[in-house]
Order: sequence, then C-alpha cells, then structure tokens
Amino acid sequence: MFELIRANKRRSMILMSVVLVLLLLLGFAIGFAVVPATQPIQLGNSPFPLPIGGMIGMGLALLVWGVQALAAFFSGDRLLMAAAGAKEIRKQDHPRLFNVVEEMTLAAQLPAMPKVYIIENMSLNAFAAGRDAKHAAVAVTAGLLSKLDRDQLQGVIAHEIGHIANRDVLFMTMAGIMVGSIIMLAEMFLRMMWYSNLSGTRRYSSRRSSRSSGGDGAKLALLVLAGILAVVAPLLANMLYLACSRQREYLADASGAVYTRYPEGLASALEIISRNPGDKASISKATAPMYIVNPLQAGQRSLSSWTSTHPPIEERVRILRGMGTGASFRDYARSWGKIAGRQAASMPASALAAAQSSTSTRSVETQESASQRQRDTGDLLRRINQFRFIQCDCGVQLKLPPEYNKPKVQCVRCGTTHHVPSGAH
Amino acid sequence: MGAVVLILLVFLVVVILWVVGIYNGLVRLRNAVKNAWSQIDVQLKRRHDLIPNLVETAKGYMKHERETLESVTQARNLAQNASGAAKQGAAESQLSQALSQFFVVVERYPDLKANQNFLQIQEELTSTENRISFSRQAYNDAVMMFNNRIEMFPSNIIAGMFQFVRADFFEIDNPVEREVPKVSFS
Repeated sequence: MFELIRANKRRSMILMSVVLVLLLLLGFAIGFAVVPATQPIQLGNSPFPLPIGGMIGMGLALLVWGVQALAAFFSGDRLLMAAAGAKEIRKQDHPRLFNVVEEMTLAAQLPAMPKVYIIENMSLNAFAAGRDAKHAAVAVTAGLLSKLDRDQLQGVIAHEIGHIANRDVLFMTMAGIMVGSIIMLAEMFLRMMWYSNLSGTRRYSSRRSSRSSGGDGAKLALLVLAGILAVVAPLLANMLYLACSRQREYLADASGAVYTRYPEGLASALEIISRNPGDKASISKATAPMYIVNPLQAGQRSLSSWTSTHPPIEERVRILRGMGTGASFRDYARSWGKIAGRQAASMPASALAAAQSSTSTRSVETQESASQRQRDTGDLLRRINQFRFIQCDCGVQLKLPPEYNKPKVQCVRCGTTHHVPSGAH
Repeated sequence: MGAVVLILLVFLVVVILWVVGIYNGLVRLRNAVKNAWSQIDVQLKRRHDLIPNLVETAKGYMKHERETLESVTQARNLAQNASGAAKQGAAESQLSQALSQFFVVVERYPDLKANQNFLQIQEELTSTENRISFSRQAYNDAVMMFNNRIEMFPSNIIAGMFQFVRADFFEIDNPVEREVPKVSFS
C-alpha cells in the first residue's frame, strides 16, 4: 500500500508543477494582452524586448497559484463540499450512514473518521475529499441513501474510504480546484481578448509600440501564442487530470472489496447507480471526476474513451463479480486482467503480495425494508431543514416543520399531548 | 589510505541507516498490530453497553420471552466479567449466539420491530457486530503484514537481532460460528 501512496504523491507533485507552468503561461498571456508594451533590455549584446505586462501577469498568476494551493490544502474539502452543495451531518441525523462510515474507517485502519456530508439531491452518487486521512470527508446524495441497502451503502462508502486511504483525495481535491481555476482564468482571458480587440489593443499598439525596438512582428506572434494558450491550457489541464483518475477508480474499487470482503455489495450498488441517471444540473465540471460514477456522463454509453474520468460502470461491475470467492488485491487484479484484457498494471507488487483473503460469509442481519429506508432519508432531509422531532411513548415519531409554532402537539396515534421544545432544532 | 577509510565510513553509515529504517518499519507494524487489537476491545465493550438498553426496550413487548431476554443479559454479564483471552473469546461467542437467538424471536413481534427506539438500538447492534468483525479483519491484516516482515529476508535478520516475535491471528475458536448455517425447508 505504501507504494501506492508514494506513487500518488509523486503524481500529485507532477500534476501540480505542470499546472503551475500552465498557469504561468496563462498569466503571461493575460498580462501581455492587457499591457502589450515591451521594455528593451540588454541581454548579452543584443537588445531583447522584455514584455512588462507579461511579467506582471506572470507574477499575479504565481500569486493566484499560491493562494489556490494553500486554500486547496487547508480547506479544499470544505470548499468542494460547499461547491457540491453538501451539508455536514451528525450521528443522530442518520445513524446508519454514520455507522457505515465508522465501520469502514475501522476496516481501512484510518487514523480518524472522515466527516460525513449529505447532498440534497435525488440522483445517486457519492464522493470523498480532503487533505489526508486525518482531514477527509465523504459525501453521499440523499437519493443514494434511499435507494441502497446497508451492504450496498457499505460498498460505496468502502470505495470512498479507499480513495482516502490511497491518498487520492489530496490529489483530487487539489486538481479539482486547480483545474477549475485554470478554466476560469482562460475564460476570463478569452472574454478580455474579445473586448480588447475592439478597443484596447489597437490604442495601445498605436501609441506605444513605436517606442519598443522589438517590432510589431514579435508582439503579434506573442499575442497569437497567448490566444492559443488560453484555448489549449484548460484542455491540457483537464486531460492531465483525467489521465490520472481512472486508475484510481479501479484501485478504489479493489480497496472497497478488500475492506468489506464483499465485492457484491459494491457491484450491486454500482448497478443500481447506473440504472438511475440522476439530474446533472447541480453538478459542476470541476467536482465531477470525484464522484463514484461520473455524474455528467451517467447514462451515456461511450464511456471507455480516454476523455472520461471513470471506467465504464459495466466493466467495474464485471470485474468485481469476477473476483469469485476471493477478496484481496490479487483477486481483483486477476479479474481486472481477465475482463479488461490487459496486464494488471494498476496493482503494484506490494499490494498483491499482502493479504490473501477470502470473502466473508455475511451474517444475514435483518435488513431494513425499502420503505423504512425512504422514511429515514426523508427524516434526514427534514432534520437538516430544521424540522423538530418528538418521540411519543407509543412508538410514533412526530415531525414538526420549522414553521409550526404552537406550544403543544397531539400524537396522531394515541392522542397524547406533547410539549413542543422551543427553539430546539 | 584516506580514500579507503572514507569509503568504509560511508559504507558503515549507509548500513546503519538501512538497519534503522528496517527497525523503525518493524516497530511501526508492531504498533499497528497493538492498535488493531485494542480496537477489538473497544468494540466488544460497546456491545456490552448496548445490551441493557436493548433488553429494557424489548421487555415491554416480549412478556412471554423472559427466558430469551434473561439469557442475553446473562451472557452479557459473563462476557463483561470474563478475564483472559480464551475465556473472553468463549463468552463473547456465547453472547453472539444469545443475540442471534433474540433477533429470531423478535421476528414474532411486529410492534417491537416498528418501535423507533428498538430500530435505533438494532442499527447500533448491527453496526457493532460489523465493527467487531471489521476490527478483527484489520487486526489479522496487520498481523499478516507484521509476520511477513519478520520472516522475509532481509528484515528477518534485524527482527531476530531485536527479538521481534510473531503475533497471533485472531481465530474464531467456536465451531458453531465457523459453520455455514444450515437452512432446512420443512
């Protein structure tokens, strides 16, 4: 496992530096477009036109990068959770979800339990974010909670915890925020180009370029280069991001199977998720690669192209089912090799050598019925929307909306009168 | 002459660093094993704490099942007071049995099954059972890593020098729990 973690760290570093270079180039382009003046300086013995605006732009881009990196590192999970519209919940809001997360924390031997978030959305999805195993968070949608049973939910959470244990989250959080910022900058620049072409550039060039010795040719070339860069940079950043994220999905699936010793849980959960393409409106491009299945591509068939962040769900399900009675990394790698038809390059040797384990024979616990699950999810949503709950002795739970303001309420079954606790949400 | 000494010195430093690295790795794994073991204890204690609540909630509904309830309480008390790994293991598996007996009986009481309190406790118990098995699993994984390191070359040399001893796996010694449950359709 340490090998995996080290490889992930290295990849994160590479991505960060490439993104930094991209950002610097972009900063240069923007600066140059705003102030296309050059200052001739002596370089060796020939004069070299130093673009002042470009330099300032680069400096600003560096500043932006620094701030972004710090923000991503220290509160990336919170930022992304906020971007996804997720709310943090406590144990009493949804004990089952909380318990499942805690169980998987134990199985994965994480040093601390990740924070649990809920997304008020009926589509089926989940994701993890954070800096390291001690500062991490998992989020699931309300739809997921109401559609999956306990074993399936456990499979999904195990996959997310796998992302945390494999240190994918730092990379994903950083990359999500960085790639997002590049896309934003490039868009800004392109819009600016559009307007400055109408007024700004021409005015500047007529007044100042006569002073610079570099000539108009070089400046025009730089400007064109900047334009191309602004178009290409976001694409490039995205591609880099994608290249790294698919292997992680397989790996997280494998970890999920190892933690639960029950690949079928995750397999059937993925199947249910793939049958329920949710609404994509509330999911931004930047956070999309972090979900358990790509929310923007759910329902589409042509998933195996290199542009997708996630391997096709059908393939993931078949690999998980192909593990047979084994539940170790080795079994997953074997099944992966058979189904994907390639050498199992995604599993490093140390992971394969460790832990030969077989699937557990699950004790069949009394599963909650589907209606109970839906009721629980409804309760959860009411709770985070500040409904009040009163437990009656006859077993009925009264749910009061926040706008209910009478001091007393009668139980609907036995008629007992209860006092409404004031202000206690 | 000086060059030879220098090379020897560098070599010595490298060897020492290497030994220190392996030693620290072994210590880290041994601590992981210890930590995983204490996790099992935490989860067992959690189960003991839940049972009085469970019995209290069920009492009102299950007037005719005094025996089942008493056997759960008894098994719980036994498990709580048991000392020594072997005794504790036996008592805990006794408790598991009593609990599964209890949940079979519960099926006959739909009112109890609909009670919110009971559902909550049931979820907690389900989770606790899972936690116990996951922490066992994590413990066994940790033991496996530790033992592998102790036995494999070259770390086995260092392990021998500093007397690292193999850790034992957590085995279920109750034959009943190992068996696949029989289902009969009569």
